[in-house]
Amino acid sequence: MPTPRAIDLEDAALELIRRASTVLPEDVTDALKRAHDREESGSAAQQSLASILQNISMAAEASTPVCQDTGTLIFHVYYPFGYSTASMINQINRATIRATEHAYLRPNAVHSLTGKNSGNNLGAGAPQFHFHEWETDEILVRLLLKGGGSENVCAQCKLPDTRLKAGRNLDGVRKVVLDTIFAAQGMGCAPGILGICIGGDRGAGYMSAKEQLFRPMNDRNPVPELAELEERLLKETNELGIGPMGFGGKTTILSVKISALHRLPASFFVSIAYLCWAGRRADMTIKNGEVVYHA
Amino acid sequence: MRKLTLPLDENTIRSLHVGDPVLLSGVMLTGRDTAHTYFLDELLKDPIPESEVEVGKAVRRILHGGAIYHCGPVVKKENETWTFVAAGPTTSIREEPYEADVIKHFGVRVVIGKGGMGKKTLAACQEHGAIYLHAIGGAATLIARSVTQVESVYKLEFGVPEALWRIRVEDFPGVVTMDSHGKSIHEDIRAASQRALEGLLAG
Ligand code: SF4
Repeated sequence: MPTPRAIDLEDAALELIRRASTVLPEDVTDALKRAHDREESGSAAQQSLASILQNISMAAEASTPVCQDTGTLIFHVYYPFGYSTASMINQINRATIRATEHAYLRPNAVHSLTGKNSGNNLGAGAPQFHFHEWETDEILVRLLLKGGGSENVCAQCKLPDTRLKAGRNLDGVRKVVLDTIFAAQGMGCAPGILGICIGGDRGAGYMSAKEQLFRPMNDRNPVPELAELEERLLKETNELGIGPMGFGGKTTILSVKISALHRLPASFFVSIAYLCWAGRRADMTIKNGEVVYHA
Repeated sequence: MRKLTLPLDENTIRSLHVGDPVLLSGVMLTGRDTAHTYFLDELLKDPIPESEVEVGKAVRRILHGGAIYHCGPVVKKENETWTFVAAGPTTSIREEPYEADVIKHFGVRVVIGKGGMGKKTLAACQEHGAIYLHAIGGAATLIARSVTQVESVYKLEFGVPEALWRIRVEDFPGVVTMDSHGKSIHEDIRAASQRALEGLLAG
């Protein structure tokens, strides 16, 4: 058997987790600042955004978690041919244990049958890993911390939906998304970030919806129909008036990102991943032993 | 901005209305899902199981006229002293089946969390003189700074997030979103956003 290429990600992954948990990406912070300036001065909406912004800078300064729910750790690892995914998992697991000891992460992995917390964020399916082999000769590790409150308001809808008069088309997609955001109210810690997938089976749909959450806030969808729907949904979800924390206000959603997958003729799913304002993601690339952190 | 100090009496609570921003100081208790089932299964029993009598007394002392905070903190222990590192609110609606009984039994005056609660809790607030204070979801570091001391912890065997932490806070920020007069911002916003939704669905 050929030996795999040697790499030790442990220390770099610890730093990646620290950054993800304690420093909110700049594009998300900027979007929150713009939201703050849009709200009426003195309103509960503007006050809560001011607290959020104050909290973000305090967390970065003190290197403490932006939010105490440090969420599910979702890793996407892009790697060139020759590396062992099993050893990368071991290394990142060790980094996860250390990050929990440093209180960058809250112990967040609970056994579903016994109710026991593993205490170190490791468990069946925790952390979550997705590996992608690619042609580039560097390793890219992307991490998203997805909090529970926002996970609980995610929804997977089926078209057609007679209650909403939503058909199997983009207007039907628009309707189920609006209805889902209405149902969520402030409970996912609005203002939120939406990742949406049209099509796929149930598993692939949610997976792709969550991958959209890694996209920069201000990128433009290369598919014109989807770009248009993203813009329209951003406008209309905010017209619902739910506002930050559900106190009422002009900003309910900060950005909308949509993907499309092939589906079976018999099914038409719309998977909606809601990420709270604490959209904690971080990237690192490793090339010739040198680590560079982004965002 | 109203400054309030725990424990609180009924008159003070009745003077508060939805939309009021508040800064809260004093001693409070954290408790989320496991804590609420524990209250119902053990502490609200008569008699309280012998093994739980001590904790039961301690909980009553804090909660009578006091505040329960729906929070699962990130904590740190150095030289036998606990500190809160991050302590934002968790979603409250999960405690809806239990909270009215908890308010009534212990005489709780302030329920703190995020997302608001339902009709049963709103009715209990009105009947017994309590409010729901909405903390800023995710503002974990900001709130942790307002925790000046972690005084004690009960039921640590539930795990760090689920344990009952007795904390002293100073100027803990929040907005009253359910008052003792039967009003709830959450119901108002739901109704207004429902009308907006109907317009958008038709368009
Ligand atoms: S939904 Fe997000 S911001 Fe809110 S408590 Fe959970 S992780 Fe924190």
